[in-house]
Amino acid sequence: MAEMRIRGGVAEGVAHDSARKHVTGEAIYTDDIAEPPGTLHAYVLMSTQAHARLVSIDVSGVVAMPGVAAVITAADIPGRNDVGPIFPNEPVLAAGIVEYIGQPVLAVAATSIKAARAAAQRARIDYAPLPPVLAIEEALAAQSFVAPPHEMKRGDAGRALGRAPRRFKGSLRIGGQDHFYLEGQAALAIPQEDGDMLVHSSTQHPSEVQKMTARLLGLPIHAVTCEVRRMGGGFGGKETQPAIIAGIAAVLAWKAKRPVKLRLDRDDDMLMTGKRHDFLARYDVGHDDEGRILAMDLVLAARAGHTADLSSSIVDRALFHADNCYFIPDVRLIGYCCKTNTQSNTAFRGFGGPQGMLAIEHVIDCIARRVGKDPLEVRKLNYYGTTTRNVTPYHQAIEDNNLAELTAALEASSAYVARRREIEQWNGTGSVLKKGLAFTPLKFGISFTNTFLNQAGALIHVYSDGSVALNHGGTEMGQGLYIKIAQIVAEEFQIDVERVKITATTTAKVPNTSATAASSGTDLNGMAAQAAAREIKTRLIAFAARHFQVPTGAVRFAGNRVIAGETDVSFAELVGLAYKARVSLSSTGFYRTPLVHYDRATASGRPFLYFAYGVAVAEVIVDTLTGEYKVTRADLLHDVGRSINPAIDLGQIEGGFIQGMGWLTTEELWWDKQGALKTHAPSTYKIPVARDLPADFRVKIWERGENPAETIHRSKAVGEPPLMLANAVFFALKDAVCAASGGDAHLDAPATPERVLLAIMDAKASAQKLAASAE
Amino acid sequence: METTIEITLTVNGERLTRRVAARQHLVDFLRDELELTGSHAGCEHGVCGACTLRVDGEIVRGCLMLAVQADGARVDTIEGLSDSGEIVELQRAFVERNALQCGFCTPGMLIAAADLVARKPAATREEIREHLSGNFCRCTGYHAIVDAVETACRARAGRKK
Ligand code: FES
Ligand code: FES
Repeated sequence: MAEMRIRGGVAEGVAHDSARKHVTGEAIYTDDIAEPPGTLHAYVLMSTQAHARLVSIDVSGVVAMPGVAAVITAADIPGRNDVGPIFPNEPVLAAGIVEYIGQPVLAVAATSIKAARAAAQRARIDYAPLPPVLAIEEALAAQSFVAPPHEMKRGDAGRALGRAPRRFKGSLRIGGQDHFYLEGQAALAIPQEDGDMLVHSSTQHPSEVQKMTARLLGLPIHAVTCEVRRMGGGFGGKETQPAIIAGIAAVLAWKAKRPVKLRLDRDDDMLMTGKRHDFLARYDVGHDDEGRILAMDLVLAARAGHTADLSSSIVDRALFHADNCYFIPDVRLIGYCCKTNTQSNTAFRGFGGPQGMLAIEHVIDCIARRVGKDPLEVRKLNYYGTTTRNVTPYHQAIEDNNLAELTAALEASSAYVARRREIEQWNGTGSVLKKGLAFTPLKFGISFTNTFLNQAGALIHVYSDGSVALNHGGTEMGQGLYIKIAQIVAEEFQIDVERVKITATTTAKVPNTSATAASSGTDLNGMAAQAAAREIKTRLIAFAARHFQVPTGAVRFAGNRVIAGETDVSFAELVGLAYKARVSLSSTGFYRTPLVHYDRATASGRPFLYFAYGVAVAEVIVDTLTGEYKVTRADLLHDVGRSINPAIDLGQIEGGFIQGMGWLTTEELWWDKQGALKTHAPSTYKIPVARDLPADFRVKIWERGENPAETIHRSKAVGEPPLMLANAVFFALKDAVCAASGGDAHLDAPATPERVLLAIMDAKASAQKLAASAE
Repeated sequence: METTIEITLTVNGERLTRRVAARQHLVDFLRDELELTGSHAGCEHGVCGACTLRVDGEIVRGCLMLAVQADGARVDTIEGLSDSGEIVELQRAFVERNALQCGFCTPGMLIAAADLVARKPAATREEIREHLSGNFCRCTGYHAIVDAVETACRARAGRKK
């Protein structure tokens, strides 16, 4: 009998599990959950001062307003007013002091959001202003940090710099980024019996929301349950921030003894929550006449905002990626988490990696222009080797480098060399429109660098009719994690993927989970789910062997059936028999990533199980009179190992690239001198829209990809890395700016049209000055 | 107390009369009063397009229109357009090309796209991109969405011939 292949197994590009619900509007997000009777709506009043002592808060006027059921300030929190994920003392509601404009000071629950908002305006808050620290430089000068600095080094950068035939210093500004998840932060807290609390939260980290809510309420963790079916986007912005939203809702619900919903409107969300860190990079680089880097001393200073949040890990990851694909013989990297009176910056796709990578790519581009070579030549010259020149600044040897292959493939398919020539010709015609072209590679380390986080759990039930229920600690934010894990389970049991019910992530089923972050969702939860499935399968095999009297080796699962020697039954039949024979059909699964470790004291170890690689070419056209530009073509080639779902992976690559492009081009966060974020809505903060998509966009998954590390089905993580493919856009813009000014130019990120224009004007002015002084 | 006004409108083909708060937005009315939660609130000031609806055949932003302004109007939401089968091709194309991830933008995007497919099935990719530029998608990078809309346009144009 010809064996039938199952539907939706591993490597099949099946549709997102919620696709049908998304196109009909049936998918339920946190704000769509039917509200229990008596549900109140919450509003959070935010600080209007960047730095001030809270002299007094008078809420008597608030309480008196119609519809108000509860008002809370820090003093009303029954447990500990602290949601710090790494370091303690990160308050949910300001206590004694406010440290940024937008910080939650008090919250009101009322019968409608309108009533809550109107009532909150009646609060009388007396501030005693203190001087704010807003800029990275100010914090550096004051040595004001939210976490201790971290340093990585190999060799002796100082000595090697002194000996280098060529040397230059400089700095680069790298802007932050708002997540702009299309669904804003939201939570619904529902009091339960025994003083327990159920929290529906739009979160990437249910275990953290559970733990922090329990801490705020002064309850053991088991008294709180956090559940999330899906998010309308997360991108890192729903890793730690939801604890604030859910925490406020829960404390209000506890006080009012009624369900409370808190959904931030967009402006409040942008004013209140943390973003991607902006960075200042300062470098001192030595190289030879060929463009080979000999030594580098690099400082990466991040604007952490008012609390540590995840900043120390983010700055670590920036340092871990400040080599990108390049071997630096003598190197010293220092990272600072600068304390400022602004939003507490947080995780965002790439987690510091993109900023570290942009710094080194900038350095490489500068070297190329100094030695008069095509930047791609200089990039290739500095690539890590495969067996030599392959040790990172944190002393991990790179064993899976496939950059040479990827580069050769994309260089050819994008016709890089020919287009470089055409562009040079075009730029020589004297048109006010200039073109730019750039090729950038990326290497991204996979694993949480905080080793203990690399663990995951799953729970699988097989019911007596052979249908399967799957649960794991990973969350679905659109990235397709749920369907990928379901495919992995379907493959194990050899049943159609529709037979596997995907269930909402809840702390009641799988405890102590890590955030769905660091691109690790599939790597970790896929392994855990596979382990659970294999446990049940092992029991079923033992049972089938007994029942059909064959050796266990003669039992196998294929195409919705189980074959035991000469007997062939459906999966459901076998399960039914096993159930009657009292075989346990439920199992947990657990996984911890092997091999990874990192010692902060010596700044060495193997923080990453493996690396993801990708390459990109972008071409732009710039109007040198206005600074406006278009990305005319982009070619991407990305390594996802052996893809578990190529359709989903392709979406991650396309979406990551465009999001990265937004970060480096149009998305600009701007604070005024008082520290107020002025770009707090899409009217002023511009994320890419469809017209910004490159007219010619060629995206490919590396077909020969296979992860040498023993990951789930030899796939590679894909959530974050493609974002950094967008570096090609930034350096193509710089290329055009250089073409316009006839020499080197300086371009900070984001390269808004305004910044592009200023860069052209500056570069032209300094070229003229140079010419004048030469005369 | 807030002023309320009685309105009569047709939502997804069904005629109803309701008292609404004078300042309630149409999208909130649909979501909160009629439990039609397929229309989403993304920015609530007319930029992101997550709340896109069809009112008397024209696409509008549900967050910029008051419920009272819909008095006497015919309102179509993603739920109604799904049930009627009117956008089935577009929906299929979105599913097949994976033109959605978190799905939060999808209903609004589909309604905006349906307008183009109906009015200009011969639209070029450039015109598709332009037409969809009032609808944000933070996840997909638009490439798949443009592909899907192009597929639906071609299918419609093919049938017209
Ligand atoms: S919610 Fe209406 S346009 Fe954004
Ligand atoms: S799919 Fe998430 S915003 Fe479009």
